[in-house]
This record gives sequence, structure tokens and C-alpha cells, in this order.
Amino acid sequence: MAKCGSAKDAVVIGTDGLDALIKLLAKDGYDVIGPRVESGAVVLEPVDGVDDLPAGWADEQDGGHYRLTKIDSPAIFEHVVGPHTWKRYLSPPAQTILRARKRGKGFSVEEVVDAPKYALLGVRACDLKAISLQDRVFDNGDFVDKGYFARRNKAFVIAVNCTRAAGTCFCVSMNSGPEASCGFDLGLTEILTKTKHVFLLAAGSERGRKAIAELKKKKQVKAAAAADRAAAAKAVDAAAKSMKRKMRKDAARLLAANREHPRWEEVATRCLSCANCTMVCPTCFCSTVEDVTDLKGKTAERVRRWDSCFTHDFSYIHGGTVRRLRSSRYRHWITHKLSTWHDQFQTQGCVGCGRCITWCPVGIDITEEVRELGKRRT
Amino acid sequence: MADPMTPEPFRIERVSRELADTFTLDLVPVGDKRDFDFQPGQFNMLYHFGVGEVPISISGDAGTKGRVTHTVRAVGTVTESMADLKKGDMVGVRGPFGSTWPMELAEGHDVVIVTGGIGLAPLRPAIYHVLANRGKYGRVAILYGARTPSDILYREELEAWSARLDVSVEATVDTAGTDWTGNVGVVTKLLPRGNFDGRDAVALVCGPEVMMRFTVHALNDQGVTNDCIFVSMERNMKCAVGFCGHCQFGSRFVCKDGPVFRFDQIEDIFRVKGI
Amino acid sequence: MAQAEGLDKLLSEHPFFRDMDTKVRGIVAGCAKNEVFEAGQYVFNEGGQADKFYILRHGSIAIEVDVPSREPLILETVNDGEIFGWSWIVPPYRRTFDARTLELCRIVSLDAKCLRGKMEKDHSLGYEFYKRFIPVMAERLGAARLQLLDLYGNPRA
Repeated sequence: MAKCGSAKDAVVIGTDGLDALIKLLAKDGYDVIGPRVESGAVVLEPVDGVDDLPAGWADEQDGGHYRLTKIDSPAIFEHVVGPHTWKRYLSPPAQTILRARKRGKGFSVEEVVDAPKYALLGVRACDLKAISLQDRVFDNGDFVDKGYFARRNKAFVIAVNCTRAAGTCFCVSMNSGPEASCGFDLGLTEILTKTKHVFLLAAGSERGRKAIAELKKKKQVKAAAAADRAAAAKAVDAAAKSMKRKMRKDAARLLAANREHPRWEEVATRCLSCANCTMVCPTCFCSTVEDVTDLKGKTAERVRRWDSCFTHDFSYIHGGTVRRLRSSRYRHWITHKLSTWHDQFQTQGCVGCGRCITWCPVGIDITEEVRELGKRRT
Repeated sequence: MADPMTPEPFRIERVSRELADTFTLDLVPVGDKRDFDFQPGQFNMLYHFGVGEVPISISGDAGTKGRVTHTVRAVGTVTESMADLKKGDMVGVRGPFGSTWPMELAEGHDVVIVTGGIGLAPLRPAIYHVLANRGKYGRVAILYGARTPSDILYREELEAWSARLDVSVEATVDTAGTDWTGNVGVVTKLLPRGNFDGRDAVALVCGPEVMMRFTVHALNDQGVTNDCIFVSMERNMKCAVGFCGHCQFGSRFVCKDGPVFRFDQIEDIFRVKGI
Repeated sequence: MAQAEGLDKLLSEHPFFRDMDTKVRGIVAGCAKNEVFEAGQYVFNEGGQADKFYILRHGSIAIEVDVPSREPLILETVNDGEIFGWSWIVPPYRRTFDARTLELCRIVSLDAKCLRGKMEKDHSLGYEFYKRFIPVMAERLGAARLQLLDLYGNPRA
């Protein structure tokens, strides 16, 4: 994989430097969004400084299981990924896309593009890959989602390389982590030894280089020693090696070949059709629109909202729902994610972040479902 | 196309009652989109102020510029509220979207059109095209199925086409009273009697999915191979541009890869239940 | 005999008898009769004895049912090249619907008793007939089921 942020040019900053970076971006007009602890989980919300970040917290993740635990360490990025994803900001859960006004017998329509300037702090390799996959979805060769790209093109992306894997991670087998190689403005790796707590910082774009130059002016930057680079590489490597789950390489073929399989009935007995997996998935992009008017009926708005293929109405055509059965809805979701996505976008649709496993109330494991399909027949 | 996500205002020039639950709207653009142009088989998203938006196939003549015609069946919240629209009212239009009937590919061959119910509406632009370019095609057969004689869409036009010597038109209904002297039975039964050569025909099919499933077999029985059969699929199209995910049919987005598909390209998933 | 030969020719031109062994068809022709019905005539009525079966050469026939207090309902139409009246082969040989001509119809009728007798004596003749009848019956049953679906009905109505 091509490396965009060269570790060779990397510098080192401390927690003060990270704080300075957040403030620098805020001063530059960015809404800085980063990880913070809320309601017992690491969520992605506005952060004002390094103190907002989840220092000393690690997450324990497994099928249908998520717990934050306090650790005896000042590490800021020891947690991995939580229930939020960056699509929350780039393709928001509810966005007004049109406004219409009644004028005589007719009406006028105006497009609404709401594009705040975001700095996304702490984007993991899997999520960075997910953003690149959504880029492809919203520029499908025929049409471009203007609102998405208005936000996307403004966004300042600060990637964080994972130095720990959660129990549900399988990014190594999806070729999308734990190291962020491309597509960021700045890339961070946390280095924590007995004697120091610093971040290796690499620029991945001109904007990133400028930010480092600003930090230099503030005397927050030191040259990176070979030992720093080695420590960072070792930590990321250890995260990769500790990953327990993995996706079968032939998932796309298996799913395409098994549209009829007893496993669909079996998984349907466990699946609650709650749509959690689609809400926490960083690549799931489905949406619906709602048209609403004010009480007088003078103005109307169209609101685009996240939707899920697990809802009964999702495939509604006049007269009824196409995917009536839970088995067909689960089959649609996993087949789309791992197989038909390749046909549609010539890319993978899953990044191995493991969120769908963690946040499934009954712990259905996407890697296990594919393994089971492969077992019985091919 | 102007912005594919923003409806353009169109004024209703005429409302025609077709059937008890079906009406036709003739629309003219009032905004910047004066040059509205489409190909047979395509659809528009029609927006009724404050109520919502629905995908409706274009059922007018692609040769008539500056006007767009939609035949709408009132079967949902938006279409039912559209039934109250009158001449002079406005609707929003996004489009045209989607793939087209293979009018060029069919040149030099027999054309057999098999359709049922409201499925005749998306095929009418194809029929207009064939009739306007009659010399380019071989024999032309239009086979149509409806519920009862009073549910036959575009009845006067079907009769006018039927009167032409260069087109064969056969209609059939599921049940009829004794005042009906036409066919009673399923549309597939018309195929063996259709005036076309199955080995040299291009078939255009649009109707309820069950009807299309049986029609494909019946066409095969007449020697029409799956690469010469084109079907128009219906799925839940909401955004029409491939962003919302609702209309997925296997790996296809019906809104932009369809609605018209060459049958051999969807054959592998066509009969999979709940796909 | 001359008439039987003429009828044999008429039968040989009908799709139902296509590829039937000439000898077998000759036996069938012995039970055949040429008939012409004016438009609007009943060929048979529901409940009647199924003593004939019909080869429709030209014209169209409505298979219909009388509904008290309503207009009769046409369930199916039969056209040139088809057959109708298959109750003759199914005991107790009773007509299940009415058959009415929609236009002038030229028909070859086959005497059911004659034919049933010949089939009883010669099972290979019976087999020839069943081979041709069962696909017709299956097609009609399939069509009836599709019509039952009311595919074009308004799902909200």
C-alpha cells in the first residue's frame, strides 16, 4: 500500500502539542470532533482540548459486549472504536436537503447544503478506509452528492494508528488497518514508555504540513528519533498481531454462491432486526427522506435521514415489502456489505472495525456467519 | 439534467382520467428546464408539495419536446394525494432517470411487447417510437393483459393501433362480462398466437413481477432467448441517483442500472425470493 | 367413408393432432363430425352430459358461468387451434361451465362415448389422448391460478 504520510519526515509532539493542535484548528474555524467519554462509551463529539480526550480509558469489546475500563495509564488512544462513526458528521443522521415555499398555485424549491468545517481527530485506519469507501458511494460515476463532498472536502483529518486491538477488530484481514497509510492530513501514533508519553506526528497533505509548521512556531515540535519511529512501528505491529478475529478471504464469492442456504433461517432466529449493525457501520450509507410542512402548509422541507435495510418498510413497493422475512433482510445486509458492494463500487464494503459485532444485542458475528456459510457447502 | 437532487417546477397542463384509480398528467416546465428530454423506459421523480415524492415512469412521446406525460395509479399516500391535482397546479420533477428500452438494438428485428395493467404506461413511449419509425422494425406485436375490460389502459389508443395493418394488438382480461367479445385469460396465452418470429424478436416486458416471471418462460417457449428479453423492474426508488440504497436488486440499483434490464443479466437473481 | 377422410384431413390440420400417428388419427376420425355454430350460440351448458369434445378450427368460444342476479362472467376464451369441453374424459362426464360462441365457429366434434369405447379397447390410443390432454389441462389450471392472483388489482383496494 502506498504511504502518503511518510514516517521519515515525522516529528514528535507531547500532550501539550496535541492540545495546541486542537486549539490551532479551532482558531482556524474548525469544529474539532474527537473521542470523549459519555454515557459509558467513547463517542465522537466536539472537543475543546486534550483534556476532553479519554485518557486512561480502555474498551473491552466482544460480541454484544462493550465496557469501558479505567486503566492505570495516561494513554489517550488506548480505546479503539466506539458506537459512533465519522459518517455522523460527513453524512449526518438527519439533514435538511431541500426547502420549498408555496407561491400562488405553485412553489419554489431551494437546495440546502449545510457544510460545517470539521476537524476529525482520532480517525482510525478502518474508519479512514470507510470514509474513502463512502467517497466512492457518494460519487458513483453518474451522480455526486454535493452536500457530502462540501463537508468532506473541508474536513481536516487527523488519523490515529491503533496500538491496541479490540476483541471484535478484524481490520488486518480486511486489509484496512491497524495502520493508517493514506487519506489523512495528519497521522498520529501514541508512544508510551516508562519515561515518555509522546505522539509521532506525520503530515499526509499540504494542510497537514502547514499545521506542523504552525506547531513548530509554537515550539511544540521535536525531531523524531529513530527510536521513536521504531517504538511506534512496534506498537502498531503488536496491535495487528493481537487481533483474534478475521474474515474469510473468499467472503464475496461465498455470499454470491449461497443466496439460498439454511444458515439464513438460522441467523434469523437470533437477529432482532434492530438495525444497530447498520447504524454503527461506518460504510452503511442507506437513507430515506421525509417531506414535512409547517402547520400553515406554506413551507415544506425535505429531511434526509439514515435508514436501515433491516426495517420492514425499507424495500416497500406498492402492495407490500419485498424483503418480508428477517432472513432475507440479514442476507441482503451481509451480502451487500461483503459481496455485491464489490460489483457496485469496485471496492470492499467492510473495513473490519467490528462495530456490528460489538453493538449487536445478540452478538451476531459477521466473520462467524461467513465462516458458517463456507462450512456447509460452497 | 439540472441538479438531480432538486425538483424543478412543472405546471399541469391537463389531467385525464384513465381508469377508476389511474390518471394522466401532462406537464410543462416553468423553470429553467425548458429542454426536457428523455428516452423510452426512463422515469421521473414527481414531487407533490409537502406530501412527498414518487418514481413514475414517463408515458408520453419522447418525440414531443417541452412536455412530459405521466400516468399515475393512486396506490399510496403521495399518488392518492396527486389524484386531487388540477390543471394549473404545480408539481416538482426530478429526472429523467434510469436505463431505456433498447430501441436501437431492436431495429431490423420483430418487436414483441408483453405488458399487463399499469405496465403499459412505461411501454407507451417505446410503442410511439416504433410506430414513428415503423420502417426500421420487423413485425410488431403488442400483447396486453388487464383485470377486466374496464381496467384496460389507453383503450382508445390500443384500438387505434389495432386498426393499423402494420401492428398486431391483442388484449386479454382476467374476467369479463358477456358484453366483452375479446380474449379472457392470461397474457402469456396470447404469445403463441402473436404475429412475430421468436428467433428474430426483441421482447419488451413490463408488468407485475409474477406476470413477468411467467412471460419470460412463455417467450422462451416461442424461441426468444434471454438476451433478447428486456424487463422493467420495480423497486423502492427514493433518491433515484444511487445514494439511498432502497432500490437495490442484488448488486443493481434499479434507479440507475435499471429500471430496464436485459433479462440474461439479472436472470441469476430474478427468481430468488426476497432478494 | 368419404366424410371420414375429409374429417381426417381437418383433424390433421389442427395443432392438437399434430404429429399424431395417421393410423390412430384415422380411428379418431371415425368418431368425428363437422359442426358450425352461429355467433352467440351455446355449444354446451353447465351440468349437461359431456358426450362430445370439441376441436375449434375457426372462431372463438367463451367459457362462462352464470351468476344469479349478475351478468354471466367469462372465465376464459378459447381460440382457433385449441380444444374445449374436456369433461368428456373425466368421470362422471358432466359439463362444469357454459360454452358460448363469440362469433361464427367451425368445429369438429368427437363423439365421447365412441372415443371412450375405442380408448378402452386400445390403451395406446388412450395414452395418445392423455398425452395431449394433460398439458392442456395443466395449462388451463396454471392460467386459472394466475387469474386468481388478481395480479393487476389495486393492492390497496
